[in-house]
Amino acid sequence: MTQPSLLSRITDYANRADPYPLYAELRRTPVLHEEEGGPYVVSSYYDILGLLHDPRVSSDSANLTAAGDDELSGPEATGLPPSFIRLDPPEHDRLRRIANSSFGPPHRPHRIDSMREELAQIVSELIDGLGGTQQIDIVDQFAYPFPVTVICRLLGVPREDEPRFRGWVDPLVAALDPDTRKNADAEFQRAAQEARMQLGMYLAGLVEQRTKEPRDDMLSDLASSHGADGTMSMMEVLSTAVLLLIAGHETTVNLITNGMLTLLRHPEVLQRLREDPGLSVGIVEELLRYEPPVQLVPQRTCIADIELRGVTIPKGSRIWLVLGAGNRDPERFKDPDRFDPDREDIQHLGFGSGIHSCFGAPLARLEAQLALAELARRLENPRLVEDPPPYRRNAVLRGPRHLQVAVDGIRP
Amino acid sequence: MRLVVDLNKCQGYAQCAFLAPDVFTMHGEESLVYDPRPEKEHRERVTRAVAACPVRAITADGLRDAPAGAGQEASDAR
Amino acid sequence: MPAEEFHEWLRREGRIVIVGASLAGLRAAETLRAEGFTGSLTLIGDEPYEPYDRPPLSKAVLLGKASPERTELPRRREIDATWRLGVAATGLDLAAKRVRLADGDEVPYDRLLIATGVRARPWPKEDEAQLDGVFVLRTRDDGVRLHRRLNASPRRVFVIGAGFTGSEIASACRERGIAVTVAERADAPLVGALGGVVGAVAADMHRENGVDLRTGVMVTGLEGDSSGRVRAAHLSDGGVVETDVVIVSLGATRNTDWLEGSGLGAGPRGIACDAGCRAFDFRGIVTDDVYVAGDVARSPHALFGYQFLSLEHWGNAVAQAEVAAHNMISAGADRRPHLWVPAFWSSQFGVNIKSVGVPSMGDEIMITQGSLAERRFVGVYGHQGRVIAAVSFDNTRWLEFYQRQIELGAPFPVEYPTVDRRPEGRKPVPADFPDPSLPTHGPTVILSGYSPADRRLVFTPGRH
Repeated sequence: MTQPSLLSRITDYANRADPYPLYAELRRTPVLHEEEGGPYVVSSYYDILGLLHDPRVSSDSANLTAAGDDELSGPEATGLPPSFIRLDPPEHDRLRRIANSSFGPPHRPHRIDSMREELAQIVSELIDGLGGTQQIDIVDQFAYPFPVTVICRLLGVPREDEPRFRGWVDPLVAALDPDTRKNADAEFQRAAQEARMQLGMYLAGLVEQRTKEPRDDMLSDLASSHGADGTMSMMEVLSTAVLLLIAGHETTVNLITNGMLTLLRHPEVLQRLREDPGLSVGIVEELLRYEPPVQLVPQRTCIADIELRGVTIPKGSRIWLVLGAGNRDPERFKDPDRFDPDREDIQHLGFGSGIHSCFGAPLARLEAQLALAELARRLENPRLVEDPPPYRRNAVLRGPRHLQVAVDGIRP
Repeated sequence: MRLVVDLNKCQGYAQCAFLAPDVFTMHGEESLVYDPRPEKEHRERVTRAVAACPVRAITADGLRDAPAGAGQEASDAR
Repeated sequence: MPAEEFHEWLRREGRIVIVGASLAGLRAAETLRAEGFTGSLTLIGDEPYEPYDRPPLSKAVLLGKASPERTELPRRREIDATWRLGVAATGLDLAAKRVRLADGDEVPYDRLLIATGVRARPWPKEDEAQLDGVFVLRTRDDGVRLHRRLNASPRRVFVIGAGFTGSEIASACRERGIAVTVAERADAPLVGALGGVVGAVAADMHRENGVDLRTGVMVTGLEGDSSGRVRAAHLSDGGVVETDVVIVSLGATRNTDWLEGSGLGAGPRGIACDAGCRAFDFRGIVTDDVYVAGDVARSPHALFGYQFLSLEHWGNAVAQAEVAAHNMISAGADRRPHLWVPAFWSSQFGVNIKSVGVPSMGDEIMITQGSLAERRFVGVYGHQGRVIAAVSFDNTRWLEFYQRQIELGAPFPVEYPTVDRRPEGRKPVPADFPDPSLPTHGPTVILSGYSPADRRLVFTPGRH
């Protein structure tokens, strides 16, 4: 009997709780190509960083078709054009600039900063709501509802519609998982297509409202954008809104949950955070290295032959960049498997790098810093009920499905 | 607080301009302009900005708590 | 004393003197302490101020986002040094190992680091340079004076020279709504540094932002009124521009005058040093107790045919200071070479301009990403079949890829496809640098030939 391929072990759900030993094995073959037509998997820090800045590497979903993945029949093919995460410049740059013009500097420099009080209030209310119980699920009761509430307010999506769009988001996120994608049956693909279309139609209704009665939210801005880069078409607005809605909470929920899990496994750090909320800044940066919410980028292809570590990655190949492995590369980080919030040298790949680096990074940082500092301060004697906790299926957006924590009470 | 940004390293990710918008501002899409001597009231925000820089381009002193008193900034890590 | 023992002693109780109390001097001092140097450390600076950062003076300060008096550099650590500020070094006795100061003092050293940098080249006609309203911009005092004058709402600012600093000043003035005329001897701004193809883009940026850009002209004279205030500039094409502020932006001169007759290999183009930052004497023999770092240094570079390179680059000052400091207190095998790929930035008219390598060595340029017309692009310079430099306009995140191509000596033209390649980028075109026999104030990277003994100013073309 042959050993299953390393890649299939990495995507295997059974290894979700701790992929890091597999990543260490992966780094021993810095450019891994296990089967004809399969991806070239890159796992060393400097190689990943180099490819994230390499103009021969494309994010354009159209190039993936040539790479053998029938991507166009996937969720992108529902009539909505690809979002900027799946495009190259100049289109990527144009759409991202327009999206950014309602999100951050130079046009809206105070948008995120001015949300700080609101974020703190949402956190307080959620923790207040935990009162009275001896056991809480960090995911369902806190780490999921918090970023969902935030992204809804930012975009201008009614919070009470969450049960509706959650039903569309789940199959879409599942479709990002390379494991399920590989084994996708027609049914599964259809579900993802249907979900993206439904979500797009739902958002189209909101955009139509905002066009008539603009408010101070991103949907209104996107619908009426008219800067140096012109306007987004209605379809572009919708695919951007779908992207922001999903990315705005699906990754942050993992960052916060991975954070709480890691703190509970390192009680001395949790204690320090309780005494000094400022430590949350270093904790979140180290978390982005140690347990990044996006483990790998499976969506790149090369448009020219690329020589890397003596391997020629032929033009047209699909490339996987395993951020979670690069973040633990001992060639780059001293004592990489140690969680150390005091680490000074911490240029992690948690948010990627280059032109596609995480759009919402500043918001995610603030959310996670606030969330962890407040959980540390207010949960009385928190203990892990189950270690490891049950994980979500997804190998790309990796994090616990539930995180049961026993507490003695909630501090005011 | 004194700060300087290594603008060779800076790649315009603008994390600092999001997190401490009264100290760091984007001038156009990619150029960073900053106040090298921000007031104390910005210290918490500048601390977040320094930590968030993806290319570690910001050097600052006077970020850490020290017993109150003038001159603390000049004598950083004593 | 055996070398190892000597260095042991040097680190413990040696005397290190640093002449030049700016960016390079400060970072060198910090590195010395960080690496365990516990002897005496003296920093000598001719300006009466603690080390401050200069780039903001032509950017954030002119835009009103920072005060010219408050750009002091942050400290990486305590350095426990004796500061001699406001006193220029006036001479060096290599044999006696002493630095002479303007106040008559002499400071002995076991190791000396020279980081005296550059100063702004003044308007050559002295009486005209003395007119009220004529400025250069290099120091904090320059910044304070200019800042004050720009706040007094001048009717027009006249900038001589459209290099990086001149362009940045023009940009800031326009942003503040001040009328600006820029006079440039070459056919476009930035041509000395980036060539004519990119210079044409810069010229468009000037004009679109309302700068009255005059190219291909020389300023023949500055005219004052009866009270000694500047009132007009006269141009070689017969034009006269009325103005109440003139900013002379003609590049920099290296601060090596004080070394005249010292026997060091110092001249107008800087002080020659080896890859380990050790200064050469005028005979071409390397010293072992005098080190050089920052803008005043000329050092041979492997990537550019071992020609001596002078760089007016912020990042180079930091990197070279760190290497020099390390080598000063280390024995032979522990020393490190300074292998810096030139890297530079400028910010003007809201556009971020960056370059790596030595563009002025380039014969041809290829726009491998983006488009000149959109002012978002990467241009790659080629020399003798390899990539020698790259420039980006609002495209900085790609630049580290091209830096690696330079380090690898990758072939030019760039044959492989890249994302965002436009039809205009399929073929290289002449980079169009001005006639190298004419000196230009534009480049911030100067190739200065192979001789360590630079006692005259001879312009060595980067190509031809």
